[in-house]
Amino acid sequence: MAYSDKVLDHYENPRNVGSFAKGEANVGTGIVGAPECGDVMKLQLKISEEGVIEDARFKTFGCGSAIASSSYVTELIKGKTVEEAYAIKNTQIVEELKLPPVKIHCSVLAEDAIKAAVADWKTRKGGTGEKKAV
Amino acid sequence: MYTTKAVYLDNHSTTPVDPRVLEAMLPYFTNTFGNAASRTHGFGWEAEKAVDDAREQIARLINAKSKDMVFTSGATESDNLAIKGVVEFYKDKGNHVVTAVTEHKAVLDTCRMLERKGLATVTYLPVDRYGMVDPDAVRRAITDETVLVSIMYANNEVGTINPIGEIGKIAREKGVLFHTDATQGVGKLPVDVEAMHIDLLSMSAHKMYGPKGIGALYVRSKSPRVRLTAIIDGGGHERGMRSGTLNVPGIVGFGKACELCREGMADEAQRVLRLRERLKDFIYAQLDEVYLNGHPVHRLPGNLNVSFAYVEGESLLMGLKDVAVSSGSACTSATLEPSYVLKALGVGEDLAHTSIRFGLGRFNTEEEVEYVCERVVHEVRRLRDMSPLYEMAKEGIDIKSFNWARD
Repeated sequence: MAYSDKVLDHYENPRNVGSFAKGEANVGTGIVGAPECGDVMKLQLKISEEGVIEDARFKTFGCGSAIASSSYVTELIKGKTVEEAYAIKNTQIVEELKLPPVKIHCSVLAEDAIKAAVADWKTRKGGTGEKKAV
Repeated sequence: MYTTKAVYLDNHSTTPVDPRVLEAMLPYFTNTFGNAASRTHGFGWEAEKAVDDAREQIARLINAKSKDMVFTSGATESDNLAIKGVVEFYKDKGNHVVTAVTEHKAVLDTCRMLERKGLATVTYLPVDRYGMVDPDAVRRAITDETVLVSIMYANNEVGTINPIGEIGKIAREKGVLFHTDATQGVGKLPVDVEAMHIDLLSMSAHKMYGPKGIGALYVRSKSPRVRLTAIIDGGGHERGMRSGTLNVPGIVGFGKACELCREGMADEAQRVLRLRERLKDFIYAQLDEVYLNGHPVHRLPGNLNVSFAYVEGESLLMGLKDVAVSSGSACTSATLEPSYVLKALGVGEDLAHTSIRFGLGRFNTEEEVEYVCERVVHEVRRLRDMSPLYEMAKEGIDIKSFNWARD
């Protein structure tokens, strides 16, 4: 299968790989997928009091398209508000990375990871934050 | 696309044609182009002579009589002819077939088709955790209705070698025909259709440095005489079992390939085994959590199938872009299901997704293997640094009991 240049670039030079230090404040973590399905994404977002995503980290177990999807998301999401992040659709990822139909589930997983990370951040804040989101 | 500099370690999939094979074939495309079935002129006689010589070379490799070799387009056709042909011909005797869950799709799908059409009932024997069929299980599965036992010699994914000599003996005692898909074993491991009590054997030239598009089915003609109903009808070639003009250059190449395998088998097996062990030892010494799939000892010398836990197979293939290998990961299959062979061995789906099959062969060098050693270890480390599962495992989190969010 031929990968797009953008998938290859993200796979070979992944952006923002890693994890934030444990116990760091204002971090929401989303872990989606399952090992037996062949895809697991961990996305962490560092979110300001005002609800702006200041930084992002990812780790992904999965094919090259899954790695590229999560790497791209960490770039895409920085500087966005949680509402804007929540509105990101998997189709944006598909278009940017030119994913073939068989790899669309990778982009869906990346979208799920954003939602899971934001939800985790909200839970940690004790539900005091962005009530209008979701 | 792979560059010409890529290292080819996918020799279970196919092998390059040995230059000596190609050389033997070339005259039969142009100068000696006759139809081996033409009895009225020298062009035909020359072609027939070439086919007879090749038939002899091929038969010698498996200790068969040359007239018992039926040429086909390859092992898939041979498997189809053996199974469909026996089931059809012996339908008044019974309709039961015994096979195993790790067989090649050419056997499994043929059996399933016969079941669907109501022409056969099939027992699919399980295998042990190394992928081996238990001969006693074969004995227990045989009933009065059984007409055929079909068990592969060596598995194409995990390389496990079945005790086909024992299985053949049991089938013979029970008066049941024994077919073996020996596609991966012939030319690499000794085969003796007499000593192993084999009645039908499938083989293919392109797995043993011969050309694609030519294979054979060994069909025993004596003690017992095996009968088959043809699946391709026509001019009555190949004792009526497989009609169609013979692929003379292919057959000549197949014959030469068999001769080369027979002459060099012992040395080549040793050499390839040494390379395989070097690769395995290096990987094991450098990386943790690497799991061997298949049998530790009874396996093809050129086969190494390992799971690199926490690293998805397709992503590793992508990283090893100048090394041609294959994976049991779902992402590399058309069906999006991980390997059914690994599943049959009891390998969990999580580990099946991380499996890589290395297939070493005649033309691999020590330098290539050293290069692959370094590349594999480098890429696995890089991808593990990127893997949330490896991180969790290192933190002592039990990945199996973790509450995975599934949609």
